[in-house]
Amino acid sequence: MSLNKIPPKERTKIPRVHMPEQPAEFRRANFEEVNQGLTILGATTEAIRCLECAKPHCIDGCPVNVNIREFVRLVTEGDYLAAAAKIREDNVLPAITGRVCPQETQCEACCVLGKKHEPLGIGYLERFVADYEREHGVFGIPERAPLTGRKIAIVGSGPAGLSAAGDLVRKGHEVTVFEALHEIGGVLLYGIPQFRLPKEIVEHEVNVLRQMGVDFQTNVVIGKTVTIDELMTEEGYHAVLIATGAGLPKFLEVPGEHYNGVYSANEFLTRVNLMKAYDPSYDEPVFDCRGHDIAVVGGGNTAMDAVRTACRLGARTSYLIYRRSETEMPARLEEVKHAKEEGIQFLCLTNPVEFCGNDKGWLQAVRCIRMELGEPDASGRRSPIPIPGSEFDLPIQMAVIALGTGANPLVQSTTPDLQTNRKGYIAADAETLATSKRGVFAAGDIVTGSATVILAMAAGRKAAASIDQYLQTLSN
Amino acid sequence: MFPIVEAEFIAPDVKRFVIEAPRIARKRRAGQFVIVRVHPHGERIPLTIADGDPRRGVITLIVQGIGKTTKLMNLLEAGESILDLVGPLGRASEVENFGTAVVIGGGVGAAIAYPTAKALREAGNHVISILGGRSRELVILEPEIRAISDEVLVTTDDGSYGRKGLVIDPLKEMIALGRPIDYVLAIGPVRMMQAVAETTRPHHIRTVVSLNSLMVDGTGMCGGCRIITNDGARFACVDGPEFDAHTVNFEILVQRNRAYADREAEELREFQEHTEEMANEVHHWCRLESACPEVGPRG
Ligand SMILES: Cc1cc2nc3c(=O)[nH]c(=O)nc-3n(C[C@H](O)[C@H](O)[C@H](O)COP(=O)(O)OP(=O)(O)OC[C@H]3O[C@@H](n4cnc5c(N)ncnc54)[C@H](O)[C@@H]3O)c2cc1C
Ligand SMILES: Cc1cc2nc3c(=O)[nH]c(=O)nc-3n(C[C@H](O)[C@H](O)[C@H](O)COP(=O)(O)OP(=O)(O)OC[C@H]3O[C@@H](n4cnc5c(N)ncnc54)[C@H](O)[C@@H]3O)c2cc1C
Ligand code: SF4
Ligand code: SF4
Ligand code: FES
Repeated sequence: MSLNKIPPKERTKIPRVHMPEQPAEFRRANFEEVNQGLTILGATTEAIRCLECAKPHCIDGCPVNVNIREFVRLVTEGDYLAAAAKIREDNVLPAITGRVCPQETQCEACCVLGKKHEPLGIGYLERFVADYEREHGVFGIPERAPLTGRKIAIVGSGPAGLSAAGDLVRKGHEVTVFEALHEIGGVLLYGIPQFRLPKEIVEHEVNVLRQMGVDFQTNVVIGKTVTIDELMTEEGYHAVLIATGAGLPKFLEVPGEHYNGVYSANEFLTRVNLMKAYDPSYDEPVFDCRGHDIAVVGGGNTAMDAVRTACRLGARTSYLIYRRSETEMPARLEEVKHAKEEGIQFLCLTNPVEFCGNDKGWLQAVRCIRMELGEPDASGRRSPIPIPGSEFDLPIQMAVIALGTGANPLVQSTTPDLQTNRKGYIAADAETLATSKRGVFAAGDIVTGSATVILAMAAGRKAAASIDQYLQTLSN
Repeated sequence: MFPIVEAEFIAPDVKRFVIEAPRIARKRRAGQFVIVRVHPHGERIPLTIADGDPRRGVITLIVQGIGKTTKLMNLLEAGESILDLVGPLGRASEVENFGTAVVIGGGVGAAIAYPTAKALREAGNHVISILGGRSRELVILEPEIRAISDEVLVTTDDGSYGRKGLVIDPLKEMIALGRPIDYVLAIGPVRMMQAVAETTRPHHIRTVVSLNSLMVDGTGMCGGCRIITNDGARFACVDGPEFDAHTVNFEILVQRNRAYADREAEELREFQEHTEEMANEVHHWCRLESACPEVGPRG
């Protein structure tokens, strides 16, 4: 019997497949990936659950409208490479988004199965086919159009920059990606930890782009080493895409944040991920968490990543301090679940008011205040209000501030005719992503503020398409 | 990779490198720095651009070997390369004609002060340089600094050269004698910069220091380099490295710079015990022919 002849009623009886994971007590002490990926049997069983809806709402839930129904059908047929190719039509980083997209608020939130049963494991399947494609090494390098003689500079090598580079090089343009750090990948590399997104996956994507002809130049800080104007005049670039992300760390601005042991999430994660401080064969130092009590402040993916990283570095107790309640946490559901399983202590409705240190300058405790939820604010979230007199001291030796990030002004401040908004993000046309400066486009977190990988990727591709159009309007 | 074209010791443990980095050479201004990574398992460390020649496309770095990374770097020779080098970072020194400018360089601080002293002279200042070191051979760049100064004073802790004492002493004397001083730039150990700040504070002499906080990215991304001023936290890599000395909390800077002291001591011991192996490794990585093809000479 062909698999897709199973009647819908029977399909809905199949329980959602479980993602094989490293056991919590084991993984909390290593940096290997938590999720181990579905087996062929697991993937097939999961794919069969799809009802192949005539009106697949799942697709509306995906920000780039991956043709989910079709790729899942190809999985049921065992044609994983065709399934991967189908996803790649809309999403060029499936191995990454399959792992890090907030599926529960996007594609899976809209899957009809979710009304009565568990939604289809779309992220799991996306990851499965992308991993299959990479591991089976049959992924052909996409063909490149004849060279156009046009040069494009892309500033920043996160998902926005990488996806734009892929589209533009395929059109036959000459593409150079400039990256300030010594490695390529942006937040995918220095922010999201190995245990959630193995670096080999990012490296693979970068290598594919390299083979397609993208030129990567690391150690170039645009605005410092060379300005946008110099790129366009002296270095002869016909167009520039700014994809510098939202890299400026935010601090709480409470007393005592200067104590040793208080980090921004960017610093802590960069030391561990980019500089590999978790590996003793690397020189980079980081706070020795072993046997210490630590706290991370925040409730997003960054906070989860930081607190689980500290746990893996040997912290005795790892606290997560968040000023709203757990239902308001912006982190992916799976990360919250994993963090709890790993023994992270959640202190919700709690906010730090001061860091206390010793006379040698080391952090010793964080003074917190309890919060309660008031009326919904402009964003629709209920805003937290401190409860007077509820202060208490939590003894900790390391703290990580993960409150989100802002726009780094390096590029904007050295490009006089580039318009920014009130918060310092680059103003770009919603449709074309063109900025106020001719020939300069912007995409990703530097336009929207911190968002998601998939949105940055989508914006990168949108910018690539309008850069391509713009180049055709140039006379010579 | 960034090829080293010249490398020579100019004092014990202090090496001068001339490195090919055309983009940086063209852009750099006095007071700016680069961040360097010497080997693939190495850390990123900040080093001031002591000089630059845009025509030859080279910059000069002067490195004092005090810990593992700087000692490893000082093993490198001409013909080898630096793995990663990024810049120019930080704000350029504020250079204008202040009148009489006193430039104080303690130890390797002289190398950091030199480009700014030169720029101050070119801007028309009467430049008085005070150089100091623990002993004679640790006084560096004296000829270069003489060439761009109107007056030069040298002090050594042990009296083996110049006058015996600290760099702060001649400054105190000048102030006591009522010599007009319009601007002071002090670069060296934190405690020295702090002493200069305290000396000039009661006299309201504009005083600038170049702060050496610990850094990672050097682009304002990590906040690890933050220093505390009267106006709150500032990032040394993008808001500095030069700051008004009278607003800086030096105690916190000293404490923050000690954050990894244990680990640094351990690494230094490791380096001293295994110098030969580590040298072999770093030579392996920094020899041009072993460079990865995708990291061609850039910058
Ligand atoms: C810890 C963490 C966890 C996250 N987890 C998730 C998740 O689970 N799911 C999800 O969807 N999203 C997640 N995000 C958000 C997501 O990673 C970002 O929205 C996305 O990476 C933005 O992509 P981008 O291309 O705009 O910028 P980035 O990824 O930030 O890349 C920008 C790049 O530009 C470089 N750059 C900056 N300035 C310059 C300059 N002047 N010159 C040269 N280069 C420059 C930077 O070094 C960086 O490499 C997470 C973010 C963080 C920090
Ligand atoms: C903007 C800036 C410009 C600099 N310019 C130069 C330069 O031109 N030439 C030069 O030789 N050095 C310079 N430094 C200092 C240099 O970066 C440090 O010496 C280097 O990072 C030490 O690394 P290490 O691994 O060799 O030693 P580590 O093992 O890190 O340290 C060894 C010892 O030095 C102390 N130390 C560590 N880091 C620093 C620091 N940043 N400043 C002062 N003491 C430190 C430690 O507490 C320890 O006692 C500069 C620093 C900054 C921030
Ligand atoms: S890209 Fe993200 S939202 Fe879209 S289908 Fe894949 S996992 Fe779902
Ligand atoms: S909504 Fe759910 S069941 Fe329907 S096609 Fe999409 S994934 Fe399949
Ligand atoms: S070194 Fe990271 S912000 Fe200054």
